[in-house]
Amino acid sequence: MTEITGVIQNRFSDQSVVFTTVDNVVNWARKSSLWPMTFGLACCAIEMMATGASRYDWDRFGMIPRGTPRQSDLMIVAGTVTLKMATRVKRLYEQMPEPKYVISMGSCANNGGPYWKYGYHVLKGVDEVVPVDVYVPGCPPRPEALLYGVMKLQEKIQEDHVLRRRQPSLGSLAGSSMAIEAAK
Amino acid sequence: MDAQALHDRLAARFAEKVTTFQADALQPWTVVAGDAIAEVAAFCKSEPDLAFDNLMCLSAVDYAAVKDVEPHMELVYHLFSYRHNHMHVLKVMLPRDGAAVPTVENTWGVANWHEREAYDMFGIGFTGHSDLRRILLPDDWVGYPLRKDWVDPDFYNGMHVKPTQQMAERFQAGEKIGVGPFDFTPPNAHVDES
Repeated sequence: MTEITGVIQNRFSDQSVVFTTVDNVVNWARKSSLWPMTFGLACCAIEMMATGASRYDWDRFGMIPRGTPRQSDLMIVAGTVTLKMATRVKRLYEQMPEPKYVISMGSCANNGGPYWKYGYHVLKGVDEVVPVDVYVPGCPPRPEALLYGVMKLQEKIQEDHVLRRRQPSLGSLAGSSMAIEAAK
Repeated sequence: MDAQALHDRLAARFAEKVTTFQADALQPWTVVAGDAIAEVAAFCKSEPDLAFDNLMCLSAVDYAAVKDVEPHMELVYHLFSYRHNHMHVLKVMLPRDGAAVPTVENTWGVANWHEREAYDMFGIGFTGHSDLRRILLPDDWVGYPLRKDWVDPDFYNGMHVKPTQQMAERFQAGEKIGVGPFDFTPPNAHVDES
């Protein structure tokens, strides 16, 4: 019977101490349990559902879709953001607790896509209303592309700094422009 | 009943309110005077030999700048009868501005939403409608975007409606925000370096 081994399991003979940084641990925890908000706007949402289903299975990333922005870390803007919806997107983003991340999925959310020139009702890129961490191109992107985008986001999160004063944190982009006094 | 017979049936009943008949079309159509459309609709549904129990579609068309055509708007009613399996098209010619016609929602309930859409996109009024407000666009939207004289505003609630110069420059500089080549750097490249 082979011994179960992993990064930490059974690597040490006795009770031991592991040294690391707070950044590493917190970022590892954050990136390993990205809970996305259940939130689909158009056809990209179909690919997002496929990404969540058994074949691609984003549960492997610790991603559990939540039904409310209050419990979500990640907003995947999957689909065409109309001007009418943009106000709702903004509100949902503001309802999410920090740290919060945004993946813009598909051409429509990235820059308006096919509605670039003649879409009187479409926002030309969701970064007009919320700060975007990762853009996933495609129309719609395949599930592999979305998973790649999630991995890119995990990379970004791993490079984040927490518990460090006066430096903008990746997950707090919304508040970074705010004066510290105003946040109190 | 074929299209010619349907038209004759309507013309016999409504005389001068039913005018042009266009048989040479994929879906032959009859022109009905705007003020009579509600009565014509009720007649089409209630007459046993017509029995148009279904309004398949109610849409509007803006003929603002078509060659050799006087600028006008048209309302198009696609009728279908499940009982007799026949269909017909009614058209109402309207002026481009300040147009209003009686509602047909009392005949076909589905017209409620269709008329709201025509109002939303073209600004056509429907007298007697029970709930005439925008159906797709936000309530505070200004203007009617499917009219041919529609011009995109610069802003809606502080958001850009048209692409800005800055967006266009990002786009032309090849920034990977929407289209273009995919970045194939392995996502775990930073692990290999250490």
